[in-house]
Amino acid sequence: MVWRMRVIDVQGEAAQRRLGGALADVAGGGFVVFLRGDLGAGKSTLVRGALRRLGYSGVVPSPTYPLLECYELNKGRLCHFDLYRLGDPEELEFIGARDVFDTRTSCWIEWPERAAGVLPQPDLDIHITGAHEGRRVALIPHSPRGKTALEGIRWSG
Amino acid sequence: MPYLIESSILAGHIPTLKGDGFYRQTPANAKNYLMKVIGIETSCDETGIALYDSVSGAMFQRLHSQIKLHAPFGGVVPELASRNHIQRTLPLLDELLSEAGGGKGQIDGIAYTAGPGLIGALLAGAAIARSLAWALNRPAIGIHHMEGHLLAPLLAAGDKPEFPFIALLASGGHTQLIQADRHGCYQMLGQTVDDAAGEAFDKIAKMLGLGYPGGPEVSRLAETGQPGRFKFPRPMVNRKGLDFSFSGLKTFVRNTIASQTEKAQTLDRQTIADICLEFETAVVDSLTIKCRRALRQCNTPRLVIAGGVSANRRLRQKLTEMALQEGGAAYFPPPDLCTDNGAMIAYAGYLRLASGARQGNEISARARWPLTELRPPRQPETEHL
Repeated sequence: MVWRMRVIDVQGEAAQRRLGGALADVAGGGFVVFLRGDLGAGKSTLVRGALRRLGYSGVVPSPTYPLLECYELNKGRLCHFDLYRLGDPEELEFIGARDVFDTRTSCWIEWPERAAGVLPQPDLDIHITGAHEGRRVALIPHSPRGKTALEGIRWSG
Repeated sequence: MPYLIESSILAGHIPTLKGDGFYRQTPANAKNYLMKVIGIETSCDETGIALYDSVSGAMFQRLHSQIKLHAPFGGVVPELASRNHIQRTLPLLDELLSEAGGGKGQIDGIAYTAGPGLIGALLAGAAIARSLAWALNRPAIGIHHMEGHLLAPLLAAGDKPEFPFIALLASGGHTQLIQADRHGCYQMLGQTVDDAAGEAFDKIAKMLGLGYPGGPEVSRLAETGQPGRFKFPRPMVNRKGLDFSFSGLKTFVRNTIASQTEKAQTLDRQTIADICLEFETAVVDSLTIKCRRALRQCNTPRLVIAGGVSANRRLRQKLTEMALQEGGAAYFPPPDLCTDNGAMIAYAGYLRLASGARQGNEISARARWPLTELRPPRQPETEHL
């Protein structure tokens, strides 16, 4: 089944964070987001925006080195993956990734192609492109839940 | 959680060694009996093994880098290849012991990196260390990876820093400013709010087509860069406090690369070198400004720099000058102890074991472990692991 994608143009880092917040509003427990784009495209910025919206005020370090950072929130949990340094999909086991995909956790996964075939199907697949200040964010739903979420995003720029 | 980790930390008990525990017979003169300590470091890419002889001060070490092993696979490091640690550790230990002379019987204690790091890799080292300790009937101790880095400058041949000091720990995975009041007593002054300094170097290298991880290559190319052609922001220097941020600088460099590529279709070698130079200078300036602030704020003249980024020549020079201006001094580890290694773990383990710190026999490790949770050795009821 094919669902319609949505394209959102974003200007600047602050707007990128707001978009992350808007995504957090529609991505609840069990929701899986794939984040694609070059280094510096703003994948982690979206996740920072999401965490702020969910009430997390602490430091959100890059997960590139530890591959996985999990945040306990008032409502459920958010897990932020960066699989850039993953050599083999089966190595996901070594970071205990299997245990974080549950109904109370939303998973935001950068570089999902590094673990192709091992990760669950995403609800939303997000592609970020563009240079300089502007970013084009393409959001592609891969499940009925993703479609509903996409329709529910409140975004006015 | 599937790992038997947290429970042993929470228990925090003083362990009991069964049988004729080597150490149990001589608790009062522990230091005299703990002469040779093995260090096992497996928190990330490198398998590092070392033997520290506290009487002669000799340090034997072996390092196996998985970066080289996996270079044919596009330069991306399969960090999590825990099985590589398992395959390498014992042969490296045998090599080491034959260099040092004498067998495993000479080992008086075993230290291993218990965190922070990749849990699979850590547990591989922990399992080997605890098993070896059990078989030899010797004490084993889990060491905090960053404490190893922090104490590595004490292994330098020349001047050694005395407590209290400020430490900048900068590597691929960390950028932190720590106030070290004494052994095992650390306060976090500031840290990166996004990317680590070494990670920024590696990502810039990737953007410039220099491979990954390519931090040292950025520094090498910066040597031939022309100053003044580009001007990058110095992140966070206008903000109060001692936190760092390198993500914005990364995006700025990305935009610069895009502009240059639009202009000239491709990046020539000189442009790459100029970008590397300005990037490196921006990172070094940012680290230097924060370190100066920390020395003043804490009224401490001694600055220790450790972690992989401390091998950076320009950073060493700038921080040494700055510390002198502040009426103090900067201390660095020996060059081969800047990156991850077993020697720093052997030394940190020796210090704790010699002070009488003991742990249970559980194979335990922690992926996340704030340095500030450490306590001085043998402080009652707060044994750190």
